[in-house]
Amino acid sequence: MSVSADIGLWGVPLAILGGAIRVSTPFLFVSLGECLTERSGRINLGMEGTLVFGAMTGYALAFETGSAWLGVLAAAFAGALFGLLHGWICKFKGVNDIAIGIAMMLLGMGLAYFFGKPYIQPVAPDLPSIPLGWWSNIEQVQSALQINALFIVGALAAVAMAWVFKSTRIGLTIRVVGDSTDAARAMGLNPNLVRLLATAAGGALAGIGGAYISLYYPGSWNEGISSGQGLMAVALVIFARWKPMNCFWVALLFGGAGALGPALQSVGVTQGYYLFFAAPYVLTLGLLIATSSPNKAMEGAPGELSITK
Amino acid sequence: MSVASSNPSEKPGMAAIAAVMPRAEAFVIPVAALLAGLLVFSLFLLALGKSPVDFYALVYKAGFSSAFSWQNTLSRVAPLLLAALCVALPVRLGLMIIGGEGAIALGGLAAAVVGTVVAGAPSAIGMIAMAGAAALIGGGWIGAVGYLRIKRNVNETIASLLMAYIAIALLNHLVEGPFRDPASLNKPSTAPLIDALRVGDIPIGISVHWGFAAGVIACILSWVLIERTTIGFAARIAGDNMRAAQVQGLPVSKLILAFCALGGAFAGLAGYFEVAAVHGSANGSLVAGYGYTGILVAFLARHNPLAIIPVAILLAGLEASSGLIQRRMDLPDATVLVLEGIVFVILLLSETLYGRFRIFTAAYWVQK
Repeated sequence: MSVSADIGLWGVPLAILGGAIRVSTPFLFVSLGECLTERSGRINLGMEGTLVFGAMTGYALAFETGSAWLGVLAAAFAGALFGLLHGWICKFKGVNDIAIGIAMMLLGMGLAYFFGKPYIQPVAPDLPSIPLGWWSNIEQVQSALQINALFIVGALAAVAMAWVFKSTRIGLTIRVVGDSTDAARAMGLNPNLVRLLATAAGGALAGIGGAYISLYYPGSWNEGISSGQGLMAVALVIFARWKPMNCFWVALLFGGAGALGPALQSVGVTQGYYLFFAAPYVLTLGLLIATSSPNKAMEGAPGELSITK
Repeated sequence: MSVASSNPSEKPGMAAIAAVMPRAEAFVIPVAALLAGLLVFSLFLLALGKSPVDFYALVYKAGFSSAFSWQNTLSRVAPLLLAALCVALPVRLGLMIIGGEGAIALGGLAAAVVGTVVAGAPSAIGMIAMAGAAALIGGGWIGAVGYLRIKRNVNETIASLLMAYIAIALLNHLVEGPFRDPASLNKPSTAPLIDALRVGDIPIGISVHWGFAAGVIACILSWVLIERTTIGFAARIAGDNMRAAQVQGLPVSKLILAFCALGGAFAGLAGYFEVAAVHGSANGSLVAGYGYTGILVAFLARHNPLAIIPVAILLAGLEASSGLIQRRMDLPDATVLVLEGIVFVILLLSETLYGRFRIFTAAYWVQK
């Protein structure tokens, strides 16, 4: 039984919580993907293109097959292909990995809009969500705790990635390659191969983040679908100090800040909507300035990462 | 590349070729990459059952074949030229700025706001004040990115990207709030400029506003600055090897600050011309992606300010043909974006080819 209770200003934090969970999922996936890529010593600035292409592929496949989960799978596959291409190009000497990211972003968005044109009208099936607010009879609580399955998958992925980095051989390999190409070579590792695979896996995660956008929230496909979640990936990972669990919290924070404007609007505060929207960027910039130092690389940054070297 | 068996230096003119070839590399490789990109895109079209010949013919027809198509092309060039300089100038010092979009947005806003203040002044003074405000805000915005890099070693790529988001949010906030013209109902904008403050067309018979001339002049001046002045010489040394430049006592920090500020000022001017020549007021239309296309232009031109001019015209013509391609070939408008993406990726990939071909070395042509 649900009653729409008048809960007054309590609606604001509830709306922010619900919004944070809803909005944060693409941030979570794309930052985990970027985190994995960067821990191997490579930057992928093109996640926006991967995300948008993943959103299109996911939506198109879900529409054609009738299964949203097949759409997610296809988006992950498409994202991995973008990661492979990015990783392959970056291994050549003299190629600028930051510029390649921008080019891949352009290419990914171009291809997504190109092949996505026929899918702007049709309606694809949505991803299921789990009503974790069943215990409450207040409608706002129920709607805030309507959690999408992919959010839970993302949270588990963050825990799993943290464990992989900390306690597994694969994680150690990625970390060594990310911190020192020479040390990795001395250990008999193939840095290019490790980076290629990490970039591909990172792309797959970003693709899933895109599928969430088109298949759940907002849950449609069009050319303005992304609000720059992919572009923010690099900044999010810096904010998270290259730690997967921090990616989870930072994604929630960004999601919450994004939900602040609409939540306040719902109780009649309409001033400063865009400023609230910009809050996470100001926060990230502030953090970037506070933690950068003229004398040493940023704490927690992989040694081979081109942007922090 | 194998060395020719006969000794080429015995033939006359070989010394001249030897002098030219090392410079030719910087021209031949990007052009070859451009052609390779067009070829890959042709294969893409063929795979979809479309004719690449038709495509390129339409680009020529819509972008470059008549006075009308040239007008269509050239009227899009100005912001590309100025936005590309915002990338190409800081890159000379090793800084990769990708947030020119923010300087365009705030520059346009500053111009529009100043325009309402100086509405009573003589139009020449008003225009200078508007352009000055735009350049100042743009220069300050990107200059701040350079400052953060110098003082705290903040990565300029990420900082400029974040600041672009902040700038766009500021623009949206201010045109919907304090600076909103109450008469702009559907699309919140600043008050429209009076006619005396609008920038007109260059008197060349077709309708192309003065922003194009300003952009071309900015490119030429930037080239002179980099190639023909001691400041530019110092900047080139610092860009090649920052440590060495510091050891030699070059004012590297000041150079970084100056080049970032100058690039930002040009991007701000792009915003000014968008407001004063195109839209007539500042609103969300200022955020049209010129800052990002400018990155592509700068890289295609290999950050040479003079090369930016033809590259920007080429890309503007391509974008001008988008509508005709959509109608005639039944292709989506994103086709142009796909082509740009393919060319950009292949161009960057070609960076790995420099220094690999012996024909581009003087030693290949003049043997001992």
